[in-house]
Amino acid sequence: MSVTSSALILLSEEAHEGTVPVIDPTAADGVLSLLWLIIALPALGAAVILVAGGTRTRAWAHLLGCATVLASFVISLLAFFALLGRDADDRSVSQFLYTWVDAGGFTADMSLLYDPLSAVFLLLITGVGGLIHVYSVGYMAHDERRARFFGYLNLFVAAMLLLVLADNYLGVFLGWEGVGLASYLLIGFWQHKPSAAVAAKKAFVVNRVGDIGMALGTMLAFATFGTTAFAGISAVAGEAEQATLTALGLLFLLAACGKSAQVPLQSWLLDAMEGPTPVSALIHAATMVTAGVYLVVRSNFIYDYTEVAQTAVVIVGVVTLLWGAIIGCAKDDIKKVLAGSTMSQIGYMMLAAGFGPFGYAFAIFHLLAHGFFKANMFLAVGLGPAGYVAGLAHLYAHGFFKAGLFLGAGSVMHAMNDQVDMRHYGALQKAVPVTFLTFSMGYLAIIGFPGFSGFWSKDRIIEAAFGENLVIGLAALVGAGITAFYMTRLMLMTFFGKKRWEEGVHPHESPKIMTVPLIVLAALSVFGGLLVLGDWIVDWLDPVVGVTQHHELAFSPIVYSLIITVVVAVGVAIAWLTVGKSEVPRVAPTNVSFVTRAARADLYGDALNEELLMRPGDRFVTGLIAFDDRGVDGAVDGTGAAFAGMSARFRRLQTGYVRSYALSVLGGSLLVVVALLAVNLT
Amino acid sequence: MDPTPFLALSAILFTIGCIGVLTRRNAIVVFMCVELMLNASNLALVTFSRVHGNLDGQVGAFFVMVVAAAEVVVGLAIIMTIFRTRRSASVDDASLLKY
Amino acid sequence: MFPWLTASLLLPIVGAVVVALLPSRNDLPQKVALGFSLATLVLVGLIGFGYQVNGERYQFVEEHNWIEAFGAHYAVGVDGIGLTLLILTAILVPVVILASWRDGDTGRWGSSSFFAWMLALEGLAIGVFAAMDVFLFYVLFEATLIPIYFLIGGFGGPRRAYAAVKFLLFSLLGGLLMLASVVGLYVVSADSDAGPTYLITELAPVTAGLDTEIGRWLFLGFFIAFAIKAPMFPVHTWLPTVAQEATPGTSVLLVSILDKIGTFGMIRFCLGLFPEASEWATPVVLVLAVISVLYGGLVAIGQRSIPRLIAYTSVSHFGFIVMGIFVLNSYGQTGSTLYMFNHGLSTAALFLVTGFLIRRRGSQLVGDFGGVEKVAPVLAGTFLLAGLSSLSLPGLSPFISEFLVLVGTFAYNWWYAVFAVLGIVLAAIYILLMYQRTMTGPTQPAVAGMKDLNLREIGALAPLLLLIVVLGFFPKPLTAIINPAVGDTLEQVGVTDPEPAVPAAAEEESNQ
Repeated sequence: MSVTSSALILLSEEAHEGTVPVIDPTAADGVLSLLWLIIALPALGAAVILVAGGTRTRAWAHLLGCATVLASFVISLLAFFALLGRDADDRSVSQFLYTWVDAGGFTADMSLLYDPLSAVFLLLITGVGGLIHVYSVGYMAHDERRARFFGYLNLFVAAMLLLVLADNYLGVFLGWEGVGLASYLLIGFWQHKPSAAVAAKKAFVVNRVGDIGMALGTMLAFATFGTTAFAGISAVAGEAEQATLTALGLLFLLAACGKSAQVPLQSWLLDAMEGPTPVSALIHAATMVTAGVYLVVRSNFIYDYTEVAQTAVVIVGVVTLLWGAIIGCAKDDIKKVLAGSTMSQIGYMMLAAGFGPFGYAFAIFHLLAHGFFKANMFLAVGLGPAGYVAGLAHLYAHGFFKAGLFLGAGSVMHAMNDQVDMRHYGALQKAVPVTFLTFSMGYLAIIGFPGFSGFWSKDRIIEAAFGENLVIGLAALVGAGITAFYMTRLMLMTFFGKKRWEEGVHPHESPKIMTVPLIVLAALSVFGGLLVLGDWIVDWLDPVVGVTQHHELAFSPIVYSLIITVVVAVGVAIAWLTVGKSEVPRVAPTNVSFVTRAARADLYGDALNEELLMRPGDRFVTGLIAFDDRGVDGAVDGTGAAFAGMSARFRRLQTGYVRSYALSVLGGSLLVVVALLAVNLT
Repeated sequence: MDPTPFLALSAILFTIGCIGVLTRRNAIVVFMCVELMLNASNLALVTFSRVHGNLDGQVGAFFVMVVAAAEVVVGLAIIMTIFRTRRSASVDDASLLKY
Repeated sequence: MFPWLTASLLLPIVGAVVVALLPSRNDLPQKVALGFSLATLVLVGLIGFGYQVNGERYQFVEEHNWIEAFGAHYAVGVDGIGLTLLILTAILVPVVILASWRDGDTGRWGSSSFFAWMLALEGLAIGVFAAMDVFLFYVLFEATLIPIYFLIGGFGGPRRAYAAVKFLLFSLLGGLLMLASVVGLYVVSADSDAGPTYLITELAPVTAGLDTEIGRWLFLGFFIAFAIKAPMFPVHTWLPTVAQEATPGTSVLLVSILDKIGTFGMIRFCLGLFPEASEWATPVVLVLAVISVLYGGLVAIGQRSIPRLIAYTSVSHFGFIVMGIFVLNSYGQTGSTLYMFNHGLSTAALFLVTGFLIRRRGSQLVGDFGGVEKVAPVLAGTFLLAGLSSLSLPGLSPFISEFLVLVGTFAYNWWYAVFAVLGIVLAAIYILLMYQRTMTGPTQPAVAGMKDLNLREIGALAPLLLLIVVLGFFPKPLTAIINPAVGDTLEQVGVTDPEPAVPAAAEEESNQ
């Protein structure tokens, strides 16, 4: 925190508006002009593999897939260093590719925005993505459709990169749906399994509900600002009406809920575990599901102006972090435990990303209470930016440890003949030592063991939460305890205790090509925390999210760290007492408490959807079809039938008897005569 | 010249023919009655021609005769054929051409 | 000057006569028909290249007196909107001929008549899109019914006769109402200084100063005819019936080309001739359009027959197109025109690929399939791509058009957009549900021996899918010719785009 910016903040209460940075990129040059290649390479890989077809590319598709992503990683690294070499104020770069849509008054460019925020995402996506590609070479080695798998993975990486690099909302939308498509294809990769096909469809449809928010948000942004580009909007966002900004915030939150599996659109994520495990690691843990957080942070120039939307983000975050954690406690499927945990951790990130409004209020409160000198330190910037940074840091750490955990889980499943029920694991630490060790690193990171990356990032969020509001702080703290419980339970059931293996299962360590990525990710899980240490990431993101200011806490951070560590320790202890000490039954006990039953049923989220949406929807559709067939089409056919019926009556007059025809002729002529007479007489 | 008696005769003949068409079943008789009606109208036409002192009515009468002759040719042929196939000349029996 | 449009109109019709005279063996009619349709594509392609983007509004104009007493002319010419549809027609017909190679064999008449009618339809459709004279338009509009009637009634499912008659009656009803308005236009123009004329360029100034009430009545005659053609709720039920009975190729010609006459007519005649009445009718039309979007989507979800399902999705898509036309701003209308083109491509792909599927299995019920992906991956892949384009996935061409329509609707009144946007969720459900039920899961015994697509079938689908992807990322070739035409139409109506509340100082504005 520089002296000048503190002084600026001091000037007035509205000064916080000045702290929302305007995106004003300069044109890309040097190594940065290679930005487009980062997306183009994996896209090309996907196109080649998918167009040429699985059988023709069988021999080399996995090599191509890995090569393109690793090449993107190298370029991302180069770009990152290029960015590091620039001034802090000059770290926003744009590259115009071509005009995508130019229709009447609506234009949207295909151009890229590279700034510190996208830079960290690029490294995460290409780095973790590259590792997972390598891992998949081993994991999918025996799948006859491996080439296609790599085609889809490349497609995903390309779309995700576009999502974080696009410089306007329409471009983000393109990437947004691209990752949704890749996720659909990969969840349903084993299409012959009906459960996988259903899960894939469910994921896509639920995401589409979120996309309503994305689409409407983009439209509203265009209708309000006349552009969808971040640069244009960020410059004038503060001048828009409060209601508009709030609507924008809520719409983008809806979008984020869909993609990041936040309550109430969380239901697809658990089912999404039907996909191959590398997919769960890459898409449904490390990268795609964090797109929602990216969207919120990227739209900071909107959220910073609207308290209502920020409060909504916080509420969604808190509810989801508890929701996911509770589900994680009751599941026996190792992947579903991790999925619940993913939801919960993203809940933390959302929570952090939404800290704005309390931050502002807090700052003003302190202005009154603590007087001038304190205000000098704490005024105005609030926690919004701090929250963004904490959320991102956690996202980053999460990307490492969760990917590591999932890959570890995959490795375990690989060892156990694709068995996912933890009740059939046990005592695996000797059978798969490398997996065990790397998994442990991820475990320690996620529960927030002091020194590991999760400790640093989650600590920050909980601290910030306490700074905001006691209830939210407590909820976040309890969430940390539950996290410790279910992760310990998972560890105990998988690696310790007695063997509960199925007959004929002989666990073996995975091949090198799978364990090396595990080791790398484990190392990152351990050291990723260093990013937060020394506030490096705070300073790094500063130009994007605005001046960051630490907030006043009731106690010093060390006290919070201690409290959190204690809570985590309690969680671990409870897990040890309930799971570790006793025998784990091979079949899940049925006489369990209501809470456990609810958690096993995903807290009735699916049941609720089923009862409130699907069944009535089904009936509505059936009713509409009946209406269409009998009502609308019935009216048409009915008109036809009415004419047919009428003609059936009238043609009875044609008796075939000549004399009756003659009589009717006579009658007719008499009628004519009478009519003529009548007319003439009057 | 007073046309009333001629017109009265024409009306009577027409009515007889009309009743004949409506009541008789034998096709030949029905046919004859149609001819009777045509000739009744011919009589009226000629009468009016006389009254007005021009030839319009007579021309009309000729037309009717020509048409009647053509009709006899076709009509009798049809009746003959029906009689041959069905052994009956009753108009009520030939009621196939209906709804 | 060479009469380009007349040539491209007559060439397929000459082809139709030639093909009709050929014997139906050795695939001769197919080959000759394909040749003629490709030659037409080349002609239309040349017109496309010769079209000056910033030139006159109507280009390649040919004008000759036809019936002077009525003021009817043989007048053809294209603007950007007409040209777009001309290109669509020219692209789709060869594709359909290639895809329907064997579909003419089992019909009531030989395959030579099947392909002859197709070519005849192409010629007439080109005439409709190029007509600059209301009378000529009307005559050709009704004349298109003849080939399509024989295509439906002669080739297809067991209830094709019923379907053909239903289609014909609906269309004739619309045509009759339009005829009344066409006659009305004669009266109006005969009373004016311009004398009796049906040329739209001369009519537009006449109708612009028309008595409000008369204008509205005339508008209604045209609009109802086009709404039946489009088809919109509640006059849509002929489409599912026809789609269920007709061959896939016929369905493509009908939905992708002929139905566009409806929406094309709305822009050219409803907006072009009756701007005041169009604005007056906008709220009702928009409500009907939103109903079409949601209703079509919902009813599609529950369909058991694949072609019926696709027909209902088209009802939904046409709702979007009509919505974009009547929100009366440049985004919506450009979106709609693009949508016409893109919907033509995506629905054609969907009809054709499901047609291949149905032909292999001998049933069009969704429930009779399952696990096809395993035995026919290429078929499944193309099916999925066509389906995704139908649900407007970003990156595929229909997305841009649908999004533009929604932007236009939002700018007009956000309430309509909020309801219409629900259509994107419905689209995901009906497409993916169909895909899931037919393609995934365990392979059913009845489809176990199913063959994958052959080269001819891939050849028919490839250009469509390629265009869908390329235009999804680079729609510029189309928007470049559409933009000026839309601008002209909106200027005629006398509306301008709404201003943003807080305009950003965007660099884009300096370009304009």
